Amino acid sequence: MFRWKLLLMFFAIVLLQVLILNNVYLGGYINPQVYVLFVLILPFDVRGWHLLLMAFFLGLLIDVFEDSLAIHTASTVMLAFARPFVLKLLTGKQPDDAGDVPSFRTLGTMTLFVYSLVLILIHHMVLFFMEMFHFRDFTETIFRVVISGGLTLLFVIIGFALFNRPTSKR
Amino acid sequence: MRNLFRFIQRYHFFFFFLLLQVVALLLTLSSQHFQQAYLFHSSNTVSGYVYRTYNSISSYMHLREVNEQLLEDNRRLMERNRENFLITDQQVFKHEDSVSQRRYTYLNAGVINKSVNRRNNYMTLNKGRQHGIEPDMGVITGNGVAGIVMHVSDNFSSVMSLLHSDMLVSVKIGKNDHIGTLQWEGGDYRRTVMSYIPPHVDLSVGDSIFTSGHSRVFPENVFVGTIEDWEVRRGENFFTATVKMAIDHNKLSLVYVVKNLMREEQEELESAVPGDIQF
Repeated sequence: MFRWKLLLMFFAIVLLQVLILNNVYLGGYINPQVYVLFVLILPFDVRGWHLLLMAFFLGLLIDVFEDSLAIHTASTVMLAFARPFVLKLLTGKQPDDAGDVPSFRTLGTMTLFVYSLVLILIHHMVLFFMEMFHFRDFTETIFRVVISGGLTLLFVIIGFALFNRPTSKR
Repeated sequence: MRNLFRFIQRYHFFFFFLLLQVVALLLTLSSQHFQQAYLFHSSNTVSGYVYRTYNSISSYMHLREVNEQLLEDNRRLMERNRENFLITDQQVFKHEDSVSQRRYTYLNAGVINKSVNRRNNYMTLNKGRQHGIEPDMGVITGNGVAGIVMHVSDNFSSVMSLLHSDMLVSVKIGKNDHIGTLQWEGGDYRRTVMSYIPPHVDLSVGDSIFTSGHSRVFPENVFVGTIEDWEVRRGENFFTATVKMAIDHNKLSLVYVVKNLMREEQEELESAVPGDIQF
């Protein structure tokens, strides 16, 4: 049951990203990468290699749609790799209820915010520097990371608020 | 040996990460150099069909603009019609003959996906190999240059937009035919940069920029945009002009693909000359 939901969410978030969010044009080239929400929202007890493999295919699919070589693949795999370490740093240990997913309820507002912020920054950093392929426009790229990252963070927090409502009521 | 296995098992998360990351980097680097890395372009079947389905719904929203654009194109073509001109010199005799040989033909296509917000932008067209589109054909609209076809599949093609760091177009200033190079420097998607204009050239705001015809891709005199501003960059001996592009890349919906019928002949001849020839 849970797997089907996950699969559905996987494709829904890819379509949301490539059909709607990639057409958002907000001065300069700012592009929210909301698909990272899929990796952020996976359960705490997801197996390491499952996590990496899902991130890999998520990034690959986004790349296929965007003609962007494999830069989304690389940055999403990096995000998945960093996730367990960031979680451990923020929560100290694995949460008791192993089947839970990161949410306002399980992590708390502040921790969830920092968790998303750090991982989104890692992802965008890899993504935008790979897109440039050189460090010449360093400040400009940092600017893009910050602005796009902020926008992604906003969408991701909204996403957390929407997705977690049914489970928190139970 | 057993220790090695135990080591790998203990750090399998890290090693698996390393493996996937290396695969991703290899894909990135290899598809940069080999244009046939087929899976990773929006001309491939899966993403092509998704974009086409979505486009068949969303294109209704732009019908009004598209119609206005077509009307404008038609008007411009009608004005060129020979019946509009009164022949005042009865000495001149003109008829269709074999002196002029056709060099370019045009295919129409629809844009089903595009971006303007990345450093390197692409478009996807709803026609491909079976409609006669081939890599390296030019893509234009009624009022400006749009890009160059990079990859084709049977039903779709992906186009490197003018908004791409590798896209160099040879252009000229309309009033005095001086040649320069057009290359997008990022940022604003409505403005691009024309460089290598000799400093003795007389420039003014609003000068029209056209394609130079020094390529195998675009015909001569396709409109590109107008000059807005210019400067001499530090360490350079040339003018660098900011050009306001005629087409709005964010609103592209119908385009023409240019087929150069004499391309092979030109390529064969030019391949004898060493050195790069830009588009």
